[in-house]
Amino acid sequence: MILRVSRYRPGVDAEPVFQEYEVPDRADWAILDALNHVKDAVDGTLSFRWSCRMGICGSCGMNVNGEPKLTCGTFLTDYTGPVTVEPLRGFPVIRDLVVDIDPFLANLSKVSPWLIREGEEPDSEYAQTPEQLEAYKQYSMCINCMLCYSACPVYVLDPDFLGPAAIALAQRYNLDSRDMGDRFDVLSAEEGVWGCTFVGECTSACPKHVDPAEAIQRYKLTAALRSVLPFTRRRP
Amino acid sequence: MAAEGTAGDAAVDVLIVGGGAAGLRAAIAVAETEPDATVAIVSKVYPMRSHTVSAEGGAAAVIGLADSLDEHAYDTISGGDWLCDQDAVEAFVREAPRELIRLEHWGCPWSREPDGRVAVRPFGGMKQLRTWYAADKTGFHLLHTLFQTSLKYAGIKRYDEWYATRLVTDGGRVHGVTAIDIRTGRIETIACRAVILATGGCGQVFPFTTNAAIKTGDGMALAYRAGAPLKDMEFVQYHPTGLPFTGILITEAARAEGGWLINKDGYRYLQDYDLGVPTDKPKLRSMELGPRDRLSQAFVGEMARGRTVDTPYGQVTYLDLRHLGEARINARIPFVRELCLSYEKIDPVTDLIPVRPVVHYMMGGVHTGIDGDTPVQGLYAAGETACVSINGANRLGSNSLPECLVFGARAGAAAARYAVQAERPDGGAVRSQGADERRRLERERAGRDGGRERISEVRELMRRTLEDAAGIYRNRDALDKAVATLADLRERAAVARLDDRSAAFNTELLAGLELGSMLDVAEAIVASALNREESRGAHQRTDFPARDDAAFLAHTLAHRGPDGTPRLSLLPVTITRWPPGERVYGR
Repeated sequence: MILRVSRYRPGVDAEPVFQEYEVPDRADWAILDALNHVKDAVDGTLSFRWSCRMGICGSCGMNVNGEPKLTCGTFLTDYTGPVTVEPLRGFPVIRDLVVDIDPFLANLSKVSPWLIREGEEPDSEYAQTPEQLEAYKQYSMCINCMLCYSACPVYVLDPDFLGPAAIALAQRYNLDSRDMGDRFDVLSAEEGVWGCTFVGECTSACPKHVDPAEAIQRYKLTAALRSVLPFTRRRP
Repeated sequence: MAAEGTAGDAAVDVLIVGGGAAGLRAAIAVAETEPDATVAIVSKVYPMRSHTVSAEGGAAAVIGLADSLDEHAYDTISGGDWLCDQDAVEAFVREAPRELIRLEHWGCPWSREPDGRVAVRPFGGMKQLRTWYAADKTGFHLLHTLFQTSLKYAGIKRYDEWYATRLVTDGGRVHGVTAIDIRTGRIETIACRAVILATGGCGQVFPFTTNAAIKTGDGMALAYRAGAPLKDMEFVQYHPTGLPFTGILITEAARAEGGWLINKDGYRYLQDYDLGVPTDKPKLRSMELGPRDRLSQAFVGEMARGRTVDTPYGQVTYLDLRHLGEARINARIPFVRELCLSYEKIDPVTDLIPVRPVVHYMMGGVHTGIDGDTPVQGLYAAGETACVSINGANRLGSNSLPECLVFGARAGAAAARYAVQAERPDGGAVRSQGADERRRLERERAGRDGGRERISEVRELMRRTLEDAAGIYRNRDALDKAVATLADLRERAAVARLDDRSAAFNTELLAGLELGSMLDVAEAIVASALNREESRGAHQRTDFPARDDAAFLAHTLAHRGPDGTPRLSLLPVTITRWPPGERVYGR
């Protein structure tokens, strides 16, 4: 099997170039295993991020044959011909397959992704029924892998857009029965939910079955109602 | 460039190395204990990538009325084969409930009872239901909750994707940390009054492990080189149920929910290893809910009897979840199903899961007191990096997440209190040691053409050496041989080839530095295993098959000697209320 891998060394390469590596076509190998084979046995200078290799740490997102994928969960057997591996689109490239995700972290902080409560902390847990948990659970499954940003046609053009994962995580707290916060200002701003043109690519790209597109559409409704009825509290 | 009034390139009061559960919890504790103190986290990955993310089954803390702190303490101490320090265990079980409730208040999506209370599940070696869980992604939810909550504290500065390479110490005190900014290759020495090491474990020292690639024992090696001893390094936990080839963990929660371990004849073999008699419903502290050391040893027994299954990836037994049904599997252990479908192309609803023991956790680590303090003034450690010790010779499943929280919080608070009254870091030491370290790193980065071997080849030989000598069963001959092999590998690592001379994101340089950490840790493991001439918990010597309390009711301390090899001594175990007894499971 041939891997066509995008290489870029800042200060050396003017722009990314492809390098081809022949790797054993093993049925049990993920794309990440093939990249590690290259790194360990063929070319020690190839750089990429990875860690848990079980689809939960979110490090190894790359563009595989044009689609954003977690390379630890995408297998050589999923492809027939040469496999092209590139850095995730929509982000500045730091080196080879490594992209700069600091803009996402800045956006994440903007939506106050923590539980907002008033008053003293009690000694015991806040009650939350399984149904109340279910109301936000799927949005809490985001692993910050950035595949949704890479798939998002809006984010690629407008890096100021909060983006799918940050909005989904804001909704994760908004819909949490324990949360008393208000994230209206940041979510309803121009670079908030209204930036989304509802293409839905984010949801298709998510390897963890989070539905950021739904989070965004739901909040558009909330925000629209809020602007009509400005004094309505989110929760009675 | 030194800023006005600071000793080095930058200065903070408390610098934390590692951004997983222990490091993040420590950072929040610093911010809460001394709001005016400055705190920073240096982490080689973004904090939400830390290996805490992979923990699945749950976090133990007494919550039910039927349960008691003493019972949690007894389960932990007997599970640890009486090598735990009982004062630390008592603090741990007392503070764990408060820590898990704080996580709840911070938003952790714990699974719930119908009435809204937090739900608990059984777990191995625990005789009460006390394991809190968030389905089977407990570590993931705990880590993201901590990380997102940490964003609330504007005072917590982060050095994301910085790799710490050296502690600056002088006069028995810590003064700073040298680290590489991985993105740019910039090398900086950060002056600080206190350091908390929270880099997790070192499973990558072994060839077959559940541990993420980043688990290379960096914090242990930093402390060891700075003169702090490593404690109980011979105690390596094999988790009984890893997926072959990948080593991906199938959580103990699968057995807590009622899964069975069967051999090639479909026989629940644990009944032949003094772990009780099979029952349809899971029975606490019995059979599949026995402790991990005993279950992994039983696997080796089955292999010796020819009752395991031969596969291209080695011998396996099976985990049978089929009788649980699809609905329960989806509700309680959905990640198990997801992992099996992705990585084994099997469905546990209808198929048996092939499993084999896999290196999972280090009971040993940096020797600390109950507040994470080490013998080096200003140096603290918490979580898997540390050995406080609550895990003794064998950790119980679901004790490690609360350990990160309880002792992360303690270390954070203690380091903050220390830092605000401590003297300023010694600018001279920071500058001169920082310059030494910079020269060393720049030399490494200049490349090494002469070497015939790659870093990855030496690493692979180290891993095989550890598995052969320091696996589930050990003996003197194999350990002696490993000491010699590791000494040889250290020399070969020093001249191994480095092709990448780039400043930006030079992961080959990091791999070389990580190999250096792992070799230090590997030598400590092997030397400690050689020294302990008894069998206790996860340390089983075929040449000394019995526990020997007269000689070895004691911790092993490994100091790095002047020639770089470990110097060993023993430290008595602290016993408060539970005198050593027999470990009894299933009867």
